[in-house]
Amino acid sequence: MQVPAYVEYEKATSVEHALGLLARFGPEARILAGGHSLIPMMKLRLAQPETLIDINGLGELCYIRVTGGELRIGTLTRHAQLLDSAAAGRHFAILHDAERVIADPIVRSWGTVGGSLCQADPSEDLSATFAALKATMLIQGPGGSRTVPAREFHTGPYETVVAPGELLTEIRIAIRPGGGSAYAKVGRRVGDWPVGAAGAAIWLAGDTIADAGIGLTAVGAQHFAAAEAEEFLRGGPATEASFARAGEIAAEHCQPSSDQRGPADYKRHLARELTTRALRSAVRRARGTGT
Amino acid sequence: MQVTVHVNGVTHTREVEPRLLLIHFLRDDLRLTGSHWGCDTSNCGACVVWLDETPVKSCTVLAAMADGHRVLTVEGLERGGVLDPIQRGFAECHGLQCGFCTPGMMLTGRWLLDHDPDPSPATIREALSGQICRCTGYENIVRSVRWAAEHPA
Repeated sequence: MQVPAYVEYEKATSVEHALGLLARFGPEARILAGGHSLIPMMKLRLAQPETLIDINGLGELCYIRVTGGELRIGTLTRHAQLLDSAAAGRHFAILHDAERVIADPIVRSWGTVGGSLCQADPSEDLSATFAALKATMLIQGPGGSRTVPAREFHTGPYETVVAPGELLTEIRIAIRPGGGSAYAKVGRRVGDWPVGAAGAAIWLAGDTIADAGIGLTAVGAQHFAAAEAEEFLRGGPATEASFARAGEIAAEHCQPSSDQRGPADYKRHLARELTTRALRSAVRRARGTGT
Repeated sequence: MQVTVHVNGVTHTREVEPRLLLIHFLRDDLRLTGSHWGCDTSNCGACVVWLDETPVKSCTVLAAMADGHRVLTVEGLERGGVLDPIQRGFAECHGLQCGFCTPGMMLTGRWLLDHDPDPSPATIREALSGQICRCTGYENIVRSVRWAAEHPA
């Protein structure tokens, strides 16, 4: 029987209230959103907070909207809601690609976007997705709010820049012309964490790649991104040869480690192949010639 | 802490520890043992219940999180002695063998039919993909959901 250790519980009624509770209960308090990462961690005693601050009542953090040229996602949005969102899929198909392969439909119905990001598992699909999209995170704290690029959000495995007393409230993705995006993942079985996965976002100007974003997860990529491969693509042609070369560069710069999901050389192979596939698909979508 | 949960239309108020999982609250505190406690790791889906309108794995939800909310368990599917079509489907199509996964399968099946009254077998398989039948009776489970779709109440 797996049960969490003794813990105190507080129900937040607004963002302001949640921040007040975080201030009151200090660094040993943890935000409880869907709980589908935190509660399993508590059962295993890998997490042992003194106080849970339940934010499930905060409807104000549950939205997906297009505002000011950005797609904005409230962090209490459930995975299933992001997968169901026509606006999210229309602007950033990668979001639907990734959500479709996260866990299973029941877990997706309760697990949240913000919870997954704050859990900061080194194999998290959404971390690579938002890295590819060059998203921005909005964090609220006692002194107001601040924004952090997705690529500066993680400070290490299971660690983020969200400080005690702060709450991740929104993810913003700029909507730019000529864009297309895709996600490709290999797991041992449906719904599992990836052995390796890659996301790509491409912005075309004619046949030229005006900008590129590549996200990698589970393969030890710095900031969940493949910056060197993006640099290679920028300003170049959107061709099969460049996708393949970008895949090679991405694979050269990641640092996968061997574990129960697979050996390092296989993961490096996946980084290369999945980067190439995601780029191919993203460009097809940017051109409107494929799904 | 005190929680008040509306389970299958009945309001229950209990004193619980905040760490109590919803599955244990239902089974041990309320003695509603229809929901099954399976893998304990949110993989198998035997513990699926509805929290308000959403199917959830109740081994990964705290009873505290259900405070003030509605919960639907397999015991709540039958109304006034009449089985829900999803229950009749499982009976008609031999949708269960050992029966352990059945409550979760039925609650997800009911939810699917409420959102998609005429799902294809592929849609049913996708909807049930977070749930495991260790008897491997998936063919008949899919047929049972289809039967319920074809025989709405």
